[in-house]
Amino acid sequence: MATTSAPSTAAAATGAPEPVLAVQDLRVWYGTERGPVRAVDGVTFEVRPGETLGLVGESGCGKSTLGRGVLGLTPAGTALDGVVDFKGTNLVGLSPKHLQKLRGPELGLIFQEPMTRLNPLMKISEHFEEALRTHEKGLSRQQRRERALDALRGMGIPPSRYHAYPHEFSGGMRQRIMIALALVLRPAFVVADEPTTALDVLVEAQIIKILADLRKNFDTALVLITHNLGIVAEACDRVAVMYAGHIVEQGDAREVFANPQHPYTRELLRSTISLSTTGLHYIPGSPPDLVRPPTGCRFHPRCPVAMRGCAEHEPPEVVLGSGVRTACWHQALEADPSLGEELGQGGRDALAAVKEISVADEA
Amino acid sequence: MSKQSGGLGRYVAQRLLLAVPMVLILLTLVFLLMRVAPGDPVSAAAGGKLGPEQLAEKRRIAGLDKPLFEQYLDYLGDVVTLDFGTTFVDHRKVSDIIIENGGATLSLTLGALFVAVLIGLPIGLFSGRYRDSAFDVTARIFGITTYAAPVFFTGLLAQLAFSGTWLPTSDQADPLTSLNIESVTHIYVLDCLIAGDWNAVEDGLKHLILPSITLGLLIVGVFIRMIRINVIQSLHGDYIEAARARGVRERRVVTQHAFRNALVPVITVLGLQVALLLGGAVLTEKTFNWPGVGSTLITYINQRDYIAVQGIVTVFALVVVLISMLIDFVNALIDPRVRY
Amino acid sequence: MPTKPDTESAARPDPSPGAGSGQRNDVLMEVEDLQVHFGMRGGALARISGRGGGAVKAVDGVNLTLRRGEVLGLVGESGSGKTTLGRTLLGLNRATGGSIRYGGQDLTELSERRLRPLRRRLQMVFQDPHASLNPSMDIRTAVGHPLRIHRLVADDEEYEAKVAHALERVGLTPAERYLSKFPSDLSGGQKQRAVLARAIIAEPELLVADEPISMLDMSVRAKILQLMLDLKRDLDLTYVYVTHDLASAKFFCDTIAIMYLGRIVEQGPAEQVFNEPRHPYTKALLAAIPEPDPNRSVPRNLPRGEVPDAAKPPLGCSFHPRCAAALPHCGWERRDLRALLERRWLDLAPDEYARERALIGNLDALAEPGPTRVLVTPGRGHSAADVLAYFRRLREEASETEPREPFWGGVTTMSEDGGQVVVEFVEARDPRLLPVVDSVSVACHLYAAPGA
Ligand SMILES: Nc1ncnc2c1ncn2[C@@H]1O[C@H](COP(=O)(O)OP(=O)(O)OP(=O)(O)O)[C@@H](O)[C@H]1O
Ligand SMILES: Nc1ncnc2c1ncn2[C@@H]1O[C@H](COP(=O)(O)OP(=O)(O)OP(=O)(O)O)[C@@H](O)[C@H]1O
Ligand code: SF4
Ligand code: SF4
Ligand SMILES: [Mg+2]
Ligand SMILES: [Mg+2]
Repeated sequence: MATTSAPSTAAAATGAPEPVLAVQDLRVWYGTERGPVRAVDGVTFEVRPGETLGLVGESGCGKSTLGRGVLGLTPAGTALDGVVDFKGTNLVGLSPKHLQKLRGPELGLIFQEPMTRLNPLMKISEHFEEALRTHEKGLSRQQRRERALDALRGMGIPPSRYHAYPHEFSGGMRQRIMIALALVLRPAFVVADEPTTALDVLVEAQIIKILADLRKNFDTALVLITHNLGIVAEACDRVAVMYAGHIVEQGDAREVFANPQHPYTRELLRSTISLSTTGLHYIPGSPPDLVRPPTGCRFHPRCPVAMRGCAEHEPPEVVLGSGVRTACWHQALEADPSLGEELGQGGRDALAAVKEISVADEA
Repeated sequence: MSKQSGGLGRYVAQRLLLAVPMVLILLTLVFLLMRVAPGDPVSAAAGGKLGPEQLAEKRRIAGLDKPLFEQYLDYLGDVVTLDFGTTFVDHRKVSDIIIENGGATLSLTLGALFVAVLIGLPIGLFSGRYRDSAFDVTARIFGITTYAAPVFFTGLLAQLAFSGTWLPTSDQADPLTSLNIESVTHIYVLDCLIAGDWNAVEDGLKHLILPSITLGLLIVGVFIRMIRINVIQSLHGDYIEAARARGVRERRVVTQHAFRNALVPVITVLGLQVALLLGGAVLTEKTFNWPGVGSTLITYINQRDYIAVQGIVTVFALVVVLISMLIDFVNALIDPRVRY
Repeated sequence: MPTKPDTESAARPDPSPGAGSGQRNDVLMEVEDLQVHFGMRGGALARISGRGGGAVKAVDGVNLTLRRGEVLGLVGESGSGKTTLGRTLLGLNRATGGSIRYGGQDLTELSERRLRPLRRRLQMVFQDPHASLNPSMDIRTAVGHPLRIHRLVADDEEYEAKVAHALERVGLTPAERYLSKFPSDLSGGQKQRAVLARAIIAEPELLVADEPISMLDMSVRAKILQLMLDLKRDLDLTYVYVTHDLASAKFFCDTIAIMYLGRIVEQGPAEQVFNEPRHPYTKALLAAIPEPDPNRSVPRNLPRGEVPDAAKPPLGCSFHPRCAAALPHCGWERRDLRALLERRWLDLAPDEYARERALIGNLDALAEPGPTRVLVTPGRGHSAADVLAYFRRLREEASETEPREPFWGGVTTMSEDGGQVVVEFVEARDPRLLPVVDSVSVACHLYAAPGA
């Protein structure tokens, strides 16, 4: 993806701390019989210490793939390309042994289904012992215990339950244990992949609160993957909107929610049902098959403001005055009208295709 | 936690309660099967040597003249008092047969179990871990072959292959060596140890090898399959991925997380294998002229000694129930989820 | 010793609706004191061996009036009994008590054989569209299934026509494209449409939709909700909408019943319940919804803990362990003492925790549900006096801190007895669902009429 302005200059200007993680043009393609699934296809973003980046988008847009790709936790037969710069080391192409050493003390991952993520035969204490013994060899038994109890306490798990087995806890407690287990090693960067989707409303709010407090109390950089735009608004500093393997818009969460630029972001926000919903709105069609994604802008078959040129030419990413970066021809042309030539003759005419999308195109 | 140990106690109590109807059903089956067997057991056992009066007398002693239901109650009563009757043909007490020949059967089944675990565990773990590798494919073919091959066929093959070599192909011991070994425990190798006769120990172990392998191979196929499938499954487990995400070393992920969890269901299956193992033991003992309960059973079946057969089969049934119960307890000890 | 609401005096939600439309004939279904209790898992054996013998009260004394053409929302967290209630309304679960009046009959008393013809008019849509379609049945067979069961068509031609019509109704057009497809060929949204087609094909009047959109992607949710609204308008349907998602319930429902552990805790017109929530649980639920509004931030004092085990519900008001406003008679019991201690220990330094933990000898015994009198055994090396002094100190400290800890209000006396500490609680009272204003009813002591 072409970018009209170098991302690092924007960061330098604001005087923000160095990013913990800088992802450049990352691609994660799954090998299948039908051909490669381009689940993540050229993605660039950064996260700074203590910052929470929300990652949103419809199902199948590649959010989980991106989260795992960064940690190198992809299944066999997956192609990884690009740069994942973590504190100066490129994680792409790092040896499995080296990656294993980083996972835990530097890179953490919190999963969606807390019920099945703990080994049913091991006590909670054994999980913590294992993690700490693997990564912090210098600690004494007593120190390990204190560290573990500290982390659990922070998540509201009483020390009297330290030697219990996973099945003795409810879903919400297990998710808090999983978070404690990730945080006990004090990683610099954590991916939380829909950590609350399987939980009840009130427990979800508790976990969101914990995650929101995280950035106040630790320097952990967090990527929070979610379907729920409300969670992003409440717990994230910045947001990245993904569509079909691309990040189509990213920037300050308040700014993006208050003033969405990319047509997909706008549609996504409009179609979300919230307490203030008074009418139903939805995006026609469904996200594309990532083996054969649409040419040009991947959103063009569903975009209400698509232009003819969108179907053939991929939109460049532009950085707006607000710091928001977005990849849509409308913003690109506004920023630099000369780009219009690329769209060619009649390239700016409205594309009529959207009106014809029916339920049949959902599959 | 005290709560857990209470749970375990309760679980054991539950399991014991459950065993009662199970034993009752099994005993009833044994009883009924014995009655539907063709021919008159008493006259057959006597081989036509007795007159009608003597036959009737024999029948009375065996309680066969009573109504069926009364016989059934007698039978249950005998089982409760562990009195399984006295054989027709050689007037041995069935309980003596069990004690005297049981040792040989026990050493054979333990030997077989040892072989099965020794071969099956590493092969199963390995082929599950390296799924679809050349090793895995070979292991699967091996498993299917051993499972499909009848015991006497494997046994005969082993005998053919090793006859005349240093490996004995029949009997429990060399008659000369065993001459001055006193039967204390009725487990031959143990008795040799007690006697302090090292030559006899070596001889006894050598005699154990082929029968154990023959019987062990019978269950090793099922064993490999079970372990392999469970390892594959648990390697895809969510907690495995989570452990990797925590940077747990791959070797530990495989051994501590995948293998341990894979073995829990295998232990349950092991309990079910005991029935197969006992059935196989009967044939193996016959093939290798092994002086266990199984070969004794076949002798009595041929002589149509129905008291003996009923007694021995009853004991086999009780053993199967007992072992499956023990296995469940072991399972409960290992897996905290079973207990509540 | 769970207290039961005395149903005789329990006021039911006022059946007469607001202005004008007071006729009885617009009532489709009337549910009275409905109970669905499930025997404990493990069945007979578990009971022989003396564990449990108890039951999960999945639905425990529910009163509802369902009016023709309305959308009733059943809202609550998992385990609150929404699904069970919805299924019981259709006779898919057996009620263990109470009645469901429908079409002049009591559904709870009908045999399976006499229920079957009624089922045509009562249909259900399940949460998981993947699981509710048989993967080996093509859409033609799956959607037309009710026609065959209830023998509603004379020949194949009519069958085909009705199936095609139903598919087009739910937006699967042209129908021929879908007739011979299998569920695996359809997207999640399309499957849920097919499920809806199957539900409406026999011309039902009541549709119970159990979380019909919660497994779908958010961009598909609005589509399915819109479809359900269209179907309702065109086919004169009445809906029971089961969900844990308050936002969609607010938009979609006319009346709302908020459920917690088998009981309705607040009930009334959706607008009123959402604009002015009364029950502490309803308030908490509403405050907890994350809103995609950048001007709101993380709340807010969330209720602590989680939904308790339905097999061992709390005494008195089920919500009391989590309720910040709880009163002395809301149902305090020994489990709450343990929870209180564990909450306190969260904030202590390790050595302080160790010291305080050592005072209590039988912490695990305190986890079981129990009567309003509890014996606390001192830990080894400690006397009952130590424990008593400790509890007194806690109560002292709690009286000075904000927010108020409601637990201590529920403790009547603490004393020493035979080397143990006896803590006694106020007798629990079950809150009953009582009308508060016109059509809103709330089950909470905060709203009980004085002197009740
Ligand atoms: N192991 C795999 N092999 C092949 N394709 C895969 C694999 N895992 C995911 N995909 C495909 O990659 C795409 C992106 O999947 P991913 O799970 O990253 O999406 P997501 O945005 O996390 O979706 P959701 O919100 O449903 O979790 C999807 O089209 C999915 O079908
Ligand atoms: N068939 C059953 N046997 C025993 N217990 C049951 C059965 N069905 C439900 N329960 C129990 O009844 C209670 C209510 O369950 P129900 O499924 O109605 O809740 P729900 O509100 O629909 O929850 P969810 O949001 O998780 O779907 C739960 O505690 C559940 O475990
Ligand atoms: S580039 Fe074109 S198709 Fe893509 S989002 Fe912008 S306007 Fe729509
Ligand atoms: S009755 Fe009302 S005040 Fe008391 S605990 Fe329940 S919700 Fe809270
Ligand atoms: Mg995902
Ligand atoms: Mg449900």
